[in-house]
Amino acid sequence: MQVTPSETVSLAKYTPEVRQQLFRYVLQLADTSLILGHRLSEWCGHGPILEQDLAMANIALDLLGETRSLYQYAAELEGQGRTEDDLAFLRLATEYQNPLLVEQPNGDFADTVVRQFLFDNFHYHFLQQLQTSPDERLAAIAEKAWKEAAYHLKWSSEWMIRLGDGTEESRQRVEKALANLWRYSGELTTPTATEQALQSLNLIPDYAALLPAMQAHVAKVFEEATLPVPAETYMQKGGKAGRHTEHLGYILAELQYMQRTYPGLKW
Amino acid sequence: MVAETPMPTEERIWQLLDDVFDPEVPVLSILDLGIVRGVQVQGQQVTVTITPTYSGCPAMNTIATDIRLRLLAEGITQVTINNQLRPAWTTDWMTAAGREKLEAYGIAAPINGTATGHVLNLFGQDTAVRCPLCKSEHTHLVSQFGSTACKASYQCDDCLEPFDYFKCH
Repeated sequence: MQVTPSETVSLAKYTPEVRQQLFRYVLQLADTSLILGHRLSEWCGHGPILEQDLAMANIALDLLGETRSLYQYAAELEGQGRTEDDLAFLRLATEYQNPLLVEQPNGDFADTVVRQFLFDNFHYHFLQQLQTSPDERLAAIAEKAWKEAAYHLKWSSEWMIRLGDGTEESRQRVEKALANLWRYSGELTTPTATEQALQSLNLIPDYAALLPAMQAHVAKVFEEATLPVPAETYMQKGGKAGRHTEHLGYILAELQYMQRTYPGLKW
Repeated sequence: MVAETPMPTEERIWQLLDDVFDPEVPVLSILDLGIVRGVQVQGQQVTVTITPTYSGCPAMNTIATDIRLRLLAEGITQVTINNQLRPAWTTDWMTAAGREKLEAYGIAAPINGTATGHVLNLFGQDTAVRCPLCKSEHTHLVSQFGSTACKASYQCDDCLEPFDYFKCH
């Protein structure tokens, strides 16, 4: 590695148990950004128009940058000599902890926009609060990524409005996408046992406290998009606990191909 | 027998860093860009702290290599490069000279004080961005995302030329 992070965290301040929980949690955040970034990168060269192809590639790149900072920190927290690349390329699907939403297929442009909007609305409000974490490294990563997430949320919000309040076809497609994807939005703010433990130590934001701002933004965007907010309350979860849809295996087969086929291969 | 290299001064290091250019916008030095956050010299050991413009900026490793090569050319071999995320880089740190060079190169310079706060103003009217070619302020945003992570795409309504805008952060 050419550069070393300067936000050093004195890991000695954490008990082995908290350090293990933080490791698990930082991995979850990294997996989430990596898988969504990978999904968006699949659009590269296939976008509906050049500017939106570029937009999705840009968002993918921002997410990948955040991913790297997070995996580097996770590797330090684990302290077993694994590197960011080991964590990304040499773990099994059941070890991945990304929420189910981000592994859902790109589908059509409306599916991608809805998936992105549901994620960005969480990501933006979450990173805003994570900046006040007493963990210096998480706070620093959040401060950087939040500025980028704001551009992502603006992009996906505006596209929700264009599609919802657009043509008959764009509206039908966005409604169909919402019918498929809304049920995956709840997992983002449903804490796992690890998240609850870290929340009780005030190391990470309380998700319940994020909900009013998230719901207000959904209400504003859906109103402008002339879309009803889905009434569905059943929420599918499992990804954060390592129980994934079949899609993740295919993603990892492509993403990990080179290191699995030629172990230790270097650029 | 190796001649003893004189101890580098901080001032000298700063001068040398002004010779290191952004690989993606090669008219800007890394000082113009405002990404060098600090220089420390202890004996023969030099520490340079830089900050990324964007989390995923692919130029960071190249910039780190270029810093090492520039210092090596002066016989400075013990170099540590730190990556500081916080406080997060803002376009407000770009120097006035940097902004002029950027515009002369054909990229509209960021307008101070228009960073993240306004971003969620959906479909909001953007601050007038001046066309770097014909200098008209009669321009429109094509996309918030451009040819690199740090730029947005604009088009001039007078000379019709598409151009990059170094977007605010």
